[in-house]
Amino acid sequence: MRARVTVYPRREILDPQGKAIENALRRVGFPGVESVRAGKSFDIRLGTADPAAAQSELRAMCEKLLANTVVEDFQVELLGGGDEP
Amino acid sequence: MRCGVVVFPGSNCDHDVYHVLKHVMDQEVSFLWHDEETLKGAELVVLPGGFAYGDYLRAGAMAALSPVMAAVKRHAEAGGLVLGICNGFQVLLEAGLLPGAMRRNQNLRFLCQDVYLKVERNDLPFTRDLSLGQVLRLPIAHAEGNYEDSPERLDALEAAGQVVFRYVQPDGSPAGSDGVGDLWNPNGAARAIAGICNARGNVLGLMPHPERCAEEILGNTDGLAIFQSSVQFGAKVAASGYGGRR
Repeated sequence: MRARVTVYPRREILDPQGKAIENALRRVGFPGVESVRAGKSFDIRLGTADPAAAQSELRAMCEKLLANTVVEDFQVELLGGGDEP
Repeated sequence: MRCGVVVFPGSNCDHDVYHVLKHVMDQEVSFLWHDEETLKGAELVVLPGGFAYGDYLRAGAMAALSPVMAAVKRHAEAGGLVLGICNGFQVLLEAGLLPGAMRRNQNLRFLCQDVYLKVERNDLPFTRDLSLGQVLRLPIAHAEGNYEDSPERLDALEAAGQVVFRYVQPDGSPAGSDGVGDLWNPNGAARAIAGICNARGNVLGLMPHPERCAEEILGNTDGLAIFQSSVQFGAKVAASGYGGRR
């Protein structure tokens, strides 16, 4: 089972990095940019083929290590069982 | 007092802390490697500054899960003294020994400069030699010192008296706060918070570096009182056989 976990700063929290990227995008000719939030993504392969088990394990990983839930939110996306990394 | 200085791969202020405790304070000090499972009898444990595990993922995140931190948690739960400086403070936050989290500095820069701190607690083992409202000048050196928590949790922290040091102007008047990030609160920390303790008062974390200003030869001794207080508290505990809290 392949999965993608994305972690990004919580909405209500100022994201200084995203803000700087947002300003830079406008400066290089993308005036339409309304907002940017900068986060991280993790591509993870799991031994299990059971989507429910994978979901709950990935969420536990986020709570325990991948995200700091004081300042970050996370999203878990299952990508199926393909062989690509 | 038996002191332990934790060394993570990437710690870089470990020897500075060792030097202050051993040569300035004349205490018994050992280094505690990150994969140790005991604290070798240390009564005061210091988590020094640096870039533990390269700050991979988030500052302090990997270090918080290392074997030595399990021992540090047990020590803290038993009322033992734990001092986290800079990256050590970040490790304590990630380990859940102190509340809140650090974000990138407001201006996205690594900041290396002196700051002014107001002492808001002088009844802790670490701050007994300081006076309430005293202003200290200490250096900071960090990219992630922008303290954050939810407004409710910040209120609770303040109400419980867990804010120990706050960034202020040199005369002690308030710095900018809540993400305003000005000259005197350069990293933009919420409510200008520079250092906090746990509810019990035996775990302290602060972003500035007291070990970098604890000797005359360094031109500033404002940081010395934090080590002095801790060591004197330790001596008193040893003398009374009372192994408890403040």
